[in-house]
Amino acid sequence: MIELNPFVIFLAAIFTNNMIFSNFLGMCSFIAVSREIPTSLGLGQAVTFVLTCTTIINYLIYHYILLPLGLDYLRFILFIVSIAAFVQLLEMIVERYLPNLYYALGIFLPLITVNCAILGVSLFMIIRKYDLLQSIGFSIGSGIGWTLAIVALAGIRQKLKKASVPKGLEGPGITLIITGLMALAFIGFSGIVQIQ
Amino acid sequence: MKEIIITTIAVTAISAVFAFLLTLADRTIGDYGEVKLLINNDKEFTVRGGSSLLSTLIDEKIFIPSACGGKGTCGYCKVKVHSGGGPVLPTETPFLTEKELKSDVRLSCQCKVKQEISIEIPEELFNVKEYIATVEEMENMTDVIKRLKLKLPEGEEISFKPGQFIQLMAPIYDGNDEEVYRAYSIASSAADKTHIELFIGYVPGGKATTYVHQHLKVGDEVRINGPYGHFYYQDDNDREMILVAVGTGIAPIFSILNHMKEENIQRKARFYFGAKTPSDLFLLDYFKDLEDTLYDFKFIPTLSRVTEGHNWDGERGRVNNALDKYLTDTEHKEAYLCGNPPMIQSVMESLKAKGLKDELIYFDEF
Ligand SMILES: Cc1cc2nc3c(=O)[nH]c(=O)nc-3n(C[C@H](O)[C@H](O)[C@H](O)COP(=O)(O)OP(=O)(O)OC[C@H]3O[C@@H](n4cnc5c(N)ncnc54)[C@H](O)[C@@H]3O)c2cc1C
Ligand code: FES
Repeated sequence: MIELNPFVIFLAAIFTNNMIFSNFLGMCSFIAVSREIPTSLGLGQAVTFVLTCTTIINYLIYHYILLPLGLDYLRFILFIVSIAAFVQLLEMIVERYLPNLYYALGIFLPLITVNCAILGVSLFMIIRKYDLLQSIGFSIGSGIGWTLAIVALAGIRQKLKKASVPKGLEGPGITLIITGLMALAFIGFSGIVQIQ
Repeated sequence: MKEIIITTIAVTAISAVFAFLLTLADRTIGDYGEVKLLINNDKEFTVRGGSSLLSTLIDEKIFIPSACGGKGTCGYCKVKVHSGGGPVLPTETPFLTEKELKSDVRLSCQCKVKQEISIEIPEELFNVKEYIATVEEMENMTDVIKRLKLKLPEGEEISFKPGQFIQLMAPIYDGNDEEVYRAYSIASSAADKTHIELFIGYVPGGKATTYVHQHLKVGDEVRINGPYGHFYYQDDNDREMILVAVGTGIAPIFSILNHMKEENIQRKARFYFGAKTPSDLFLLDYFKDLEDTLYDFKFIPTLSRVTEGHNWDGERGRVNNALDKYLTDTEHKEAYLCGNPPMIQSVMESLKAKGLKDELIYFDEF
């Protein structure tokens, strides 16, 4: 495997290996919270922030605690614990210092805990044997990529409000179709770089 | 073996670090310091911010009715929040009507106290207190109804109006995994401020009633709070009273009649008591005796299902039938109804058909 520059990984995570469009991870909040651009943007920022921080924490836990002790099979449990704890912390901070964001995200904030994109990034970084800088590039990129995807979808859905969608497809149905089309479009980028 | 120990220690240590960080955050970021809580533009409290309005009020010994323990599922804990409550949360909207939203009504268990907050609650809730009472007596009135006499802690008193109710907490027990509060009307006289009596009917599978009927013993402690309720004896007039109860609905009426006896109130009253079979009747002699001691009182028990071979010389049929027979007019009268919703509904209809005005019918639906 050629040594990838962290910046290349960062770009690839946004465009060619977008968490949503190429891995289909983090779908539930992607569909649930993509009705309006401002809320999506808020959630996207929160996800990016959580992703970056938890990836660093998980990197340190994995390389400095689990590997030396030969406990790497515990990574699934411990990564989830660290993500859950971190989201709790973030929720307290947002509630305190960004009340408007808190009210907008409301009950969706805890959804970040079960956002599989977050666990996904932590696990990919290990499978792909990234070092710390590469992991950071990967996590920020994935976060921005996720935000890009959800904001784009929210934009489309806002336009779609005025469109006449067949009754049976309203809501999640049409959203999934749009997601598929967007994924097709993103595949167009995939010739540029490959990181997996 | 070594591996197991290392695994356990590693998982425990890492979780402990996170737990420690969260606790620390709770103490610092989650700590909103002291904030002002203004109630009814009149009483001001300084409280610790950060918890729900409901628990903040409970800490200040102000009890808001709640049946779900603050989970946001019962919708009982409504109060008006005039300022400082933040926007209405998605967890509250299902319980609030358009009108309530307009007049600042919120669920106090969902709304958090984070800054100076101004709220409005009914004045009588200030009188509500919590007590850890002791079961002093317990007696079977019928196969399914128990009478409970509770003694309040030494030095504490409850003042209530005859007809009001308290909430009793059923704790977690084998078969019940959550604490629940249920309403029970006070049957005893308001003059005794250190005891209360309750009549509790058994509901199969019911959380609170199974607790009372199968787990509670004389000498046990129970948590209660109260008094609550708009159903009580109206002492500002001398209208004749039409009292109607079925089943445990007798409890508040019992309290009202005892009050009239103790205060020697010169007021005409008729009590219609409905039951299914003779085994559902209780306190018959007590009410018969009241006919002699009260000023002008008649007791009219009625059975809808008289068992074969039982000699019953009282009324037959539903309370409605008895009412139709004895109540000729509603001139200068008022009514107090207690029992299940269908009974209340049908009695209300026939009272209204006889010309009794809505506002002179007081009722408590069980
Ligand atoms: C103002 C007020 C005063 C009350 N006073 C009294 C009183 O003095 N004495 C008294 O015994 N009760 C009284 N109740 C009723 C009491 O509060 C409880 O609802 C009742 O005891 C059942 O509680 P539970 O926890 O055992 O049953 P739950 O666990 O709440 O209910 C279990 C199941 O039984 C059903 N159920 C609930 N209540 C009844 C019922 N009455 N008949 C048939 N099915 C039912 C429920 O729908 C549910 O499916 C009063 C209620 C109110 C609102
Ligand atoms: S206490 Fe039940 S909804 Fe608030």
